[in-house]
Amino acid sequence: MLTVFLQFLFSGLTVGAVYALVGIGFNITYNATSIINLAQGEFVVIGGLMMWFFSESLKLPFLVSVAFTIVTAGIVGLFMERLTIKPLKNPDLLLMIMITIAVSIVLRGLLMLSFGKNPYVYPSFTEGEPVSIYGAIIQQQTLWVIGITGFCIIVLFFFFKKTITGKAMLACAVNPTAAQLVGINVSKMVMVSFVLSAIVGAIGGIAITPISLMEYDKGPMLAVKGFCAAIMGGLGSNRGAVLGGFLIGILESMTAGYIHSGLKDAVALIILLLILFFKPAGIFVSKTMLQLRKF
Amino acid sequence: MLSIKEISKSFGGLTALRQISFDVKKGDIKALIGPNGAGKTTLLNIVSGIYQPDNGEVIFLGEKIVHLAPTKIARKGISRTFQHVELFGNMTVIENIMVGRHAKTKSGFFSSGFKLPFVMKEEREIQRKSEEILEYINLGHRKDEYASNLPIGEQRILEIGRALATEPRLVLLDEPAAGLNMRETRNLGEIIKKIREELKITIVLVEHDMDLVMRISDSVTVLNFGEVIADGTPLEVQKNPEVIVAYLGDEEDIPRGYNAHT
Amino acid sequence: MKKGDSIAFFVLIFLIILLPVLSGSTYTLTVGIFSGINALVAIGLCILMGYAGQVSLGQAGFYGIGAYVSSVLSLHIGLPIVISTIFAMIVAAIAAVILSVPALRLKGHYLAVATLGFGEIIYIILNEWGPGGPSGFGDIPHFSLLGYTVDSTTGYFYLIWGLVAAVMFFSINLIHSRTGRALRAIHESELACNAMGLNVVALKIKVFILSAVYASLAGSLYAHYVTFISPSSFSLFYSILVLMMVIVGGITNLWGAIIGAVVITVLPELLRRFEELDVLVYGLILTLSLMFFKKGLVPILIEKIKKLRGFAVAKH
Ligand SMILES: Nc1ncnc2c1ncn2[C@@H]1O[C@H](COP(=O)(O)OP(=O)(O)OP(=O)(O)O)[C@@H](O)[C@H]1O
Ligand SMILES: [Mg+2]
Repeated sequence: MLTVFLQFLFSGLTVGAVYALVGIGFNITYNATSIINLAQGEFVVIGGLMMWFFSESLKLPFLVSVAFTIVTAGIVGLFMERLTIKPLKNPDLLLMIMITIAVSIVLRGLLMLSFGKNPYVYPSFTEGEPVSIYGAIIQQQTLWVIGITGFCIIVLFFFFKKTITGKAMLACAVNPTAAQLVGINVSKMVMVSFVLSAIVGAIGGIAITPISLMEYDKGPMLAVKGFCAAIMGGLGSNRGAVLGGFLIGILESMTAGYIHSGLKDAVALIILLLILFFKPAGIFVSKTMLQLRKF
Repeated sequence: MLSIKEISKSFGGLTALRQISFDVKKGDIKALIGPNGAGKTTLLNIVSGIYQPDNGEVIFLGEKIVHLAPTKIARKGISRTFQHVELFGNMTVIENIMVGRHAKTKSGFFSSGFKLPFVMKEEREIQRKSEEILEYINLGHRKDEYASNLPIGEQRILEIGRALATEPRLVLLDEPAAGLNMRETRNLGEIIKKIREELKITIVLVEHDMDLVMRISDSVTVLNFGEVIADGTPLEVQKNPEVIVAYLGDEEDIPRGYNAHT
Repeated sequence: MKKGDSIAFFVLIFLIILLPVLSGSTYTLTVGIFSGINALVAIGLCILMGYAGQVSLGQAGFYGIGAYVSSVLSLHIGLPIVISTIFAMIVAAIAAVILSVPALRLKGHYLAVATLGFGEIIYIILNEWGPGGPSGFGDIPHFSLLGYTVDSTTGYFYLIWGLVAAVMFFSINLIHSRTGRALRAIHESELACNAMGLNVVALKIKVFILSAVYASLAGSLYAHYVTFISPSSFSLFYSILVLMMVIVGGITNLWGAIIGAVVITVLPELLRRFEELDVLVYGLILTLSLMFFKKGLVPILIEKIKKLRGFAVAKH
């Protein structure tokens, strides 16, 4: 009983970690631009597939592959922002939504063209005996996924709290005009936010692929779940996104385990709709915050 | 006609209105003045149902209306304009007025889609009435232009026209003269007076332009930091020492139609 | 109806009648049929998004409801197809109400994701509980009316484009009515609409229902035409395809929905040779048209014509 439960819990935490990273990716761009980048899921796919390309196809060493993958994702984020977001002058919201969808389709098309429709996988980062707790098996890769997610969160925390660029990005979020006035290059910050969110997504993809495989069309579902994680704690809050990500991951894996595996995606969607309908400001958010936000 | 009774409203820690009470008499032009941030717009938003007050009542024609949705309040006969013009920019001038006729007409999805005879008749009626209103506010020549292409002065007048199209009993005007030059302001004053005299519509006028206020209003309420500091005829208010200190004393410093938000 | 609309309408009727006569090729007509089915969904989305300003990424859900409900009712319960199609529309309308009552408080991104979530949930339901699961089911009866069964390609072409014309007639009238004006006004300023006494919530729910009913009708027609359906036709990709039709054709003009539907349906046929490229090409078309032809084909065309005419007038 307990063994099975723990097993589901661990697999929930693993996928949950990736949702958390996607959620954080949403937050990064949202905070700097108030855009919700619906191509966020594709960054994760890029991470997984490019990692496979560098490490399995080109047989590059592990760390080199990781570095190349991150650079590739960063470049994709950069191009996306410079080619499609920046040229739009005073776009309305509808256009913004659709342009990120359009880019996500282009990326998906490119991925399909380069990798085909098959799922890809590569070995875990470290070989070795799985850890066993009360009979439940934790693969070493699971520990990697959770560790890497934790590491990303800490790095981002210091980035936004301690570095000039990080603080400047937050300033743009609060008031772009004022930020411009004190000499912050808002356009550059928007660019950085896209690059950063792409990298965060790709790191998630690199880490999760040995466990859950990766294929070209996983992006939209990842985006929906990551978005769900992000709004759970109120868009913009990374702590909320992490909590939300793990919560969705766990609920999903419990549903798959105890009820029916075909319904695991439905769980996240239903949670998403319930939050949007009843508490669009997030479930861990105070009432005053709620009044200040627009939907 | 309209009674404001002990209305209070705060945003987070900031108290925008504190125990506001005053009445608007039927057929009056009631001016509501006060320095920037005094709470005038907030009060209009409460009367028109956009905000819920923390406390207090708004009574319109003997009926409590604070808990009603903006739509319902509009249908009871209170129409308004906005400090930041809220026209339908991508629609033509006449279409803006025609939307104002919405609540007074009734053809629906099905009858419109099938173009039933009564729909055609109603549509002609809307068209005729709207043209009439446009002539009334002297915008007939702009009929088919996009609302966003009008100069600000005409946009403000168009907004008044759209409010009139709902056949209101009471119209709330939020700084209709902001951004207007002297000639336009005079024209605006004439239109407001005409509306009161010919259409017998009661008017609440929020305005910074003191000339306009003193010239056309019957009674003036002065707000300062969310409180009523004076209420009376234009002459009385002008002489009120508290008002002079709080507001009129600075008149020289306040440029015409000045508005911190624009 | 305005003059431009009347002319366009006559051209449409003319083309509908003429095409099967001029080109008897089954292939052309089949592509035409699919264009017509997609046009129905696109017209609904155009009213919803282009006029009323409400985003939806869930039209595939309503399309799927139309296909599955009508198929199951006619195949397993033996209801006449007209009845089962109408029944499916009612189910879609109910789904639209359930979705829109809470969703319409949302705007922009939130509404987009909520509708996307709705579409995906329907997709999962079809996969899990639809007859045949992910592989779908067949033997769906052909469309029949008063004992006359439509089973020829030409018959379907006339049936479907006849309905497109009817739906278009209804929609154009609607757009140019009091209700249509109100929908456009909601798009511009909900604040002002409320102050004018418009019942914004009710209008939004109704326009959502309208778009759902159109999509459901299209779904039923699709099912009774191809007689075999599986969930994959009703995935998120279809919602995005419809979105593309509306944008490419011109979201602010109803005729754009038809033109866009035809273009986006014919395009993959032309691109057949580059099979693997289709997703990429779709994505590029969408991106480029959003960036450089924001207005879409029909509005750009109208501008051109107006300019030409202005030129001609100026010359005289
Ligand atoms: N939605 C809101 N959220 C927070 N504070 C608000 C809101 N609306 C108004 N306020 C605050 O309430 C106070 C009163 O504002 P209000 O707009 O009513 O002033 P006003 O008298 O209309 O000023 P003005 O002459 O500049 O238009 C101001 O301090 C303003 O910042
Ligand atoms: Mg104000």
